[in-house]
Amino acid sequence: MQTARELRASGATPLVEMKDISIAFGGIKAVDSVSVDLYPGEVVGLLGHNGAGKSTLIKVLSGAYQKDEGEIFIDGKKVEIENPRDARANNIETIYQTLALADNLDAASNLFLGREMVTPMGLVNDAAMEAECRKIMGRLNPNFQKFNEPVSALSGGQRQSVAIARAVYFNARILIMDEPTAALGPHETQMVADLIQQLKAQGIGIFLIDHDVHSVMELCDRASVMKNGKLVGTVDIADVTDDDLLSMIILGKNPNEAE
Amino acid sequence: MTDATAQPIPKKNDGNLFQKLELDTRLLGMIGALIILCIGFNFFTDGRFLTPRNIFNLTIQTVSVAIMACGMVFVIVNRHIDLSVGALLATTSAVMAMMQTQILPNVVGLGLGHPMIWILTVIVGLAVGTLIGAFQGWMIGYLTIPAFIVTLGGFLVWRNVAWYLTSGQTIGPLDNTFLMFGGTNGTLGANWSWAFAALACVGALWALWSARRAKAAHDFPVKPLWAELTLSGVVIAAIVGFIAVLNAYHIPTRRLERMFEDRGEVMPEGLTVGYGLPVSVLILIVVAVTMTIVAKRTRFGRYIFATGGNPDAAELSGINTRRLTVKIFALMGFLCALSAIVASARLSNHTNDIGTLDELRVIAAAVIGGTALAGGFGTIYGAIIGALIMQSLQSGMAMVGVDAPFQNIVVGTVLVLAVFIDIVYRKRVGAK
Repeated sequence: MQTARELRASGATPLVEMKDISIAFGGIKAVDSVSVDLYPGEVVGLLGHNGAGKSTLIKVLSGAYQKDEGEIFIDGKKVEIENPRDARANNIETIYQTLALADNLDAASNLFLGREMVTPMGLVNDAAMEAECRKIMGRLNPNFQKFNEPVSALSGGQRQSVAIARAVYFNARILIMDEPTAALGPHETQMVADLIQQLKAQGIGIFLIDHDVHSVMELCDRASVMKNGKLVGTVDIADVTDDDLLSMIILGKNPNEAE
Repeated sequence: MTDATAQPIPKKNDGNLFQKLELDTRLLGMIGALIILCIGFNFFTDGRFLTPRNIFNLTIQTVSVAIMACGMVFVIVNRHIDLSVGALLATTSAVMAMMQTQILPNVVGLGLGHPMIWILTVIVGLAVGTLIGAFQGWMIGYLTIPAFIVTLGGFLVWRNVAWYLTSGQTIGPLDNTFLMFGGTNGTLGANWSWAFAALACVGALWALWSARRAKAAHDFPVKPLWAELTLSGVVIAAIVGFIAVLNAYHIPTRRLERMFEDRGEVMPEGLTVGYGLPVSVLILIVVAVTMTIVAKRTRFGRYIFATGGNPDAAELSGINTRRLTVKIFALMGFLCALSAIVASARLSNHTNDIGTLDELRVIAAAVIGGTALAGGFGTIYGAIIGALIMQSLQSGMAMVGVDAPFQNIVVGTVLVLAVFIDIVYRKRVGAK
């Protein structure tokens, strides 16, 4: 199997291509003509300060925001993503920073939210969903035990594994992770890192939004850096150092451009 | 990633008796409060409170508020509120009163007492209620006007639409067949009531058994068999006891005589006939069971609770929360119309003040029954017990002879106290 880098070099069609995306809130351009792309089996980091526009950009892809201008291509085909349902229809799954879980429901109900398993009579099949939930949690987080309690009773890491399980279970092809390790301890962070490797190996493309340069250096194949709503540049992680990335974030300077 | 190993399922830990029975402690608390209330009133009324006659009356007085409280649970769980239910009840009641006394007999020309009148009336009434509810839901969901404002406006609008439709007059007498929804005018009689009890027992046992089977099919822990049997016994005893009490309330001899006279027969000497289950209570039971299934076992219900727990999460999960709002309020409107049928049939007239203050009773019933105003939590059975507690308080105090102002002071105090106890309870069990 080709690596993402070889795929890119061979001129294959990207899994996702976001072209010249712009979005403004009350006259302020939160995202200004930004283009990024993603190949199968690749992790692309989106870096930038708070308010750089990275979360806004990615919410256009996940359907939470509607773009003002620009185009989105998936497998080379132009798609319109107007709401989260459209994103799901295109196999795009998102793990939000705020962990979009319904606190009053249990893990299985959250895992299947919006896509419940039903009995032949059309009723929600809780027992079957719990069984499936136990299966996937056995793989993702073997310590997870609280299946019959609302997720408000879970720790940050346990909640994160429910959110990740939701993306993994439904065979996402494109995964968006918004600071997936922000609320986690070291052990749980490692768990997420292992999981990302696992998902990459299956040919899933991942957009990873992060503040932390080190975790991006560790997990990503490429990084796109944003500042003040504009794209500073996209670099191959193999070609740059931590300091290069930092100067892109802070100074908005692209190391590939001659000074 | 195919060879999945499922999570090991822990052994059921030993708990106390209630934990083994897996009973909801909140439910037990509410039933306990209701029982204490009833026994207390029974003591102070020298045994007049817990007679078949009074229990019969209590149930038929509770039905109208209880039906609407079922819908209010969904509305509040979804983080909305509906202040217009009493007014909507009045409008649908007015529409139905005009339909059966004016429009269908005179304008359409069916003539009074035509057998189609009650059916057409009910259909039109339910449709009007559903449409008005859906319209309010559309304003809340799609125009994003807060539910509080939309239904506060609706409270004034529909109360006065009802007034306008009837010119403020009492409309009656209502169609004879229509009156069977009211309570004393329409009961199943002893035999059919027992048949219903048998059916209800079978249904309850089947529900318990299939829940156990579904768990066992996935090797999830199940209750010990003795606990299951005890629970079944309690449920059957409750159903049979309830029907026995309703059957024990006999139709007064004078009334029975008249009923025989109407049919041109002579009443046999010493005959007694029990009322049995009122049709209105049967409607409430059907509504309660259906709404419970909707809440627990359908996607619609699941989405209501998910949206109440975290509206953003629900939206991001692809749930169309706007359309959901419209559906919830349409359902609320439907139930208001259903309550209007029961309420106007019980009074055998449409009166201009029908349903006044019902919005407060309905919201109070839902809240006393454990529905959290912050959304996400609430049960149908809780709301019905809440409605029963409210009605027991009201009629119990009236029987004891508490002055009218004190009655409302007590009811208001109980509402606040109930919510406070609920907050303390939630903190204890660590729920939100």
